[in-house]
Amino acid sequence: MDHLSALEAQSVYILREARSNLGKLGLLWSIGKDSTVLLWLAKKAFFGHSPFPFIHVDTSYKIPEMITYRDRVARELGLELIVHRNEAALASGMGPGAGRLECCKALKTDALADMTRTYGFEGLIVGVRRDEEGSRSKERVFSERGEDDRWDYANQPPELWGQFKTDFPRGRHIRVHPLLEWNEIDIWRYIEREGIPVIDLYFSRGGERYRSLGCAPCTGRVKSEASTVAEIVRELENTTESERAGRAQDREDAYAMQKLRKDGYM
Amino acid sequence: MTENERAADPEGREGAAGGREKLSLVVTGHVDHGKSTVIGRLLYDTGSLPRGAIDRVREISRETGQPFEFAFLLDAFEEERKQGITIDTTRLQFRTPRRDYLIIDAPGHKEFLKNMISGASDAEAAFLVVDAARGAEEQSRRHAQMLSLLGVGRVGVLVNKMDLAGYAEAAFEAVKAELSAYLWNLGLDAGPFLPLSALRGENILAPSPNMPWFRGPTLIAALDALEKPSREEGLRLPIQDVYKFDARRIVAGRMESGRLRAGDEILISPGGRRTRCVTIESWPPREGGVREASAGESTGLTVADEFFNRRGEVISLPGDPPETASSFKASVFWMGKNPLARDRRYRLKLATDSCECRVTAIFNRIDSETLAPTGTADELGPGEVAEAQIELARPVALDLFARHRVTGRFVLVDGYDVAGGGIVTGVGAPPARGAGFAAGGVFARAALLEEYSYSLEDGAVAIREPDPAVYAVGDEVPLAGRSFGYPPDLDVVVFRDRAAVRIRQGRVAEVLPLSAYAWSGVPSVNGRGFALRVSSEAEWRGLLDAFTRGASGGEPDPAARWLDFNAYRRIALAGPLAGPGGEGAADVQGAPGWEDPPEGGGLQPGARPGGGR
Repeated sequence: MDHLSALEAQSVYILREARSNLGKLGLLWSIGKDSTVLLWLAKKAFFGHSPFPFIHVDTSYKIPEMITYRDRVARELGLELIVHRNEAALASGMGPGAGRLECCKALKTDALADMTRTYGFEGLIVGVRRDEEGSRSKERVFSERGEDDRWDYANQPPELWGQFKTDFPRGRHIRVHPLLEWNEIDIWRYIEREGIPVIDLYFSRGGERYRSLGCAPCTGRVKSEASTVAEIVRELENTTESERAGRAQDREDAYAMQKLRKDGYM
Repeated sequence: MTENERAADPEGREGAAGGREKLSLVVTGHVDHGKSTVIGRLLYDTGSLPRGAIDRVREISRETGQPFEFAFLLDAFEEERKQGITIDTTRLQFRTPRRDYLIIDAPGHKEFLKNMISGASDAEAAFLVVDAARGAEEQSRRHAQMLSLLGVGRVGVLVNKMDLAGYAEAAFEAVKAELSAYLWNLGLDAGPFLPLSALRGENILAPSPNMPWFRGPTLIAALDALEKPSREEGLRLPIQDVYKFDARRIVAGRMESGRLRAGDEILISPGGRRTRCVTIESWPPREGGVREASAGESTGLTVADEFFNRRGEVISLPGDPPETASSFKASVFWMGKNPLARDRRYRLKLATDSCECRVTAIFNRIDSETLAPTGTADELGPGEVAEAQIELARPVALDLFARHRVTGRFVLVDGYDVAGGGIVTGVGAPPARGAGFAAGGVFARAALLEEYSYSLEDGAVAIREPDPAVYAVGDEVPLAGRSFGYPPDLDVVVFRDRAAVRIRQGRVAEVLPLSAYAWSGVPSVNGRGFALRVSSEAEWRGLLDAFTRGASGGEPDPAARWLDFNAYRRIALAGPLAGPGGEGAADVQGAPGWEDPPEGGGLQPGARPGGGR
């Protein structure tokens, strides 16, 4: 079995474990390449169906094309889509000007926590990968979040032999990470192999493209001539530049992502 | 690219990239012996670090006022840097021309054992890093035990910090000698042994000029020479769920081993119902459908007879079913906050099944320093390893780990947490215990106390079982009966229980595993009280060889060669054998044979049909 097929089989196994073991389940769909692969894998796991809602935590600062694309795909695929915003914070003027980490915390972390409680989710499927950054490299496939949504990363339970964390007190929830073992290049090779449609912000226009998608004020383009999936794969085969080089929040301090994620960031 | 397009383009670039071999390896070792440095070096020397990573670690070192270390590349957490130890498993990748590697860095600090197990449980190869000057320390030994239990068959040893040992061949050889014996005793295949200085990058990518005496490969060359473990196992498809999203009723699961074709007869265990696989389902639909699923695939099938199927059942081919058991013997390891307690309830998760269980016996708890079994126990603490008898609330489909990995291993859930795990080493209930000798978790049946008599009435020899007493160390043993009389100093070697008993001055002095028994020169008998014709160490080894290899081992008449019935036994004459209370008839069993009869209880992991021939 080749590497991509092995990754696919493991992700499908994880998605099915989530559905069999957890109560109300939702998939965090950020419109980006990873959660779009996740959508595809869910269809594989459930034989053409996607038996849970897709959730978009909308900061209102997203790159506008992302929202257009989101609504079009949801319509075409008939997805049950939940869009959630931290309206209170937005009303009081929260934005990147208030400080990047403060903004991420209010519009993403807090919005996510509020959404989880509002809808009573017991399992949230999230497309994070170990190779994205340091704190994600230490994640579990089934990662418990406390009642305050916090991640107790120094005291995680063992995870072995495909036996995941499926027992936890009521009021807590599990972040399910089916793509944990995938690398950025695996994602693109899989998109290429399966012919999965992705948003065209990833493709080069005027010598630049987005390599990672986020909020417009805090996400930069990288120099690139890659304008097809195949060209992106070739480009990644020859780069040592980090994937999240364009993401401002990572640069705030050495432990920015770890601090955000401890409080419940995805 | 669709499936068809790819078929038309056999040289498609994805095929080559997607097919690149990937090997996962775990690096373990005692804290401070240099695991993270070895890994940091591998990443650095193979150019597998993203640009800026080294600069970033330098920057963090400056911020935190600590000297630059390769280990920091792995320690992505703030707390870890402060404490200077690795908290959790990290997974990093590097590539060589031969293939891609996934390295699992297993923390060495004692309290983080559970993370080490999470890391090591997926590994295809394992390395133990040992400080050349300090040799194996407690955690090195414990990790080696865990690797053995987790089914990692082969362990390479990286003798690190050779620079601090003066690059001396003698230091390397000393560690090698110590570790090879230790690993061999654990049933692990040891090697290769490589002398390194990870800090200085010696013998990682290029041979070290400071160690010209070493003719073996560099670490990278040794890694590339490793062969991926491959196992041929029959079909096991544990059912994950049954879906009815549309008109189809799809039984979903991952093919853990073997192969399944549409049309195959299948067996569903436990329960043993047979049906036929009609279709293999997939999305997106493919022209002509999918006809076959093989090991590793997450698949789904429809079956001819729509039984009520549930998660946890295992699909196999009818000729090669898993065992169905509600009691089994296992090697277990524990990593919970609270100790594993005998007779407490836990939940067992095995493949996709889950069921309440109790651990009814804990024995042969291993001392990590000496590897000696320390006897029966009521508890097993975090980091400890033992054998255990496990009783399930209902029958479960499972396999001996030696036959099928995925259906032969399990975890134990204590409260909300996975707190332990193990591998199945024997299926079935423990044998009923009649009379016997017990100490330190070892039990040996006392058939030497059976009474043999010839019934004048029936014209046949009958055997009556002794009273079901259990003799512990210090207890007096009734060495004289109607049909036997043994000397007060006696060794009893009970082959079927793989145990031996030393009786001195009529009392039990020691009950020990056969593996720990050494011939002592006192008169000895087998489990039934037949004298062993052994008068020297060499003869004892010859006998042991004949017994453990199986019945006849080339000897024309092994019974006559090694056993003497008449030394301490006779057949008493009796009228009607029935003793007081008239229980005699029920006690009559078959006559003794050359060797103790095969086990009735089926608790022998090594029982193979035609074993030893």
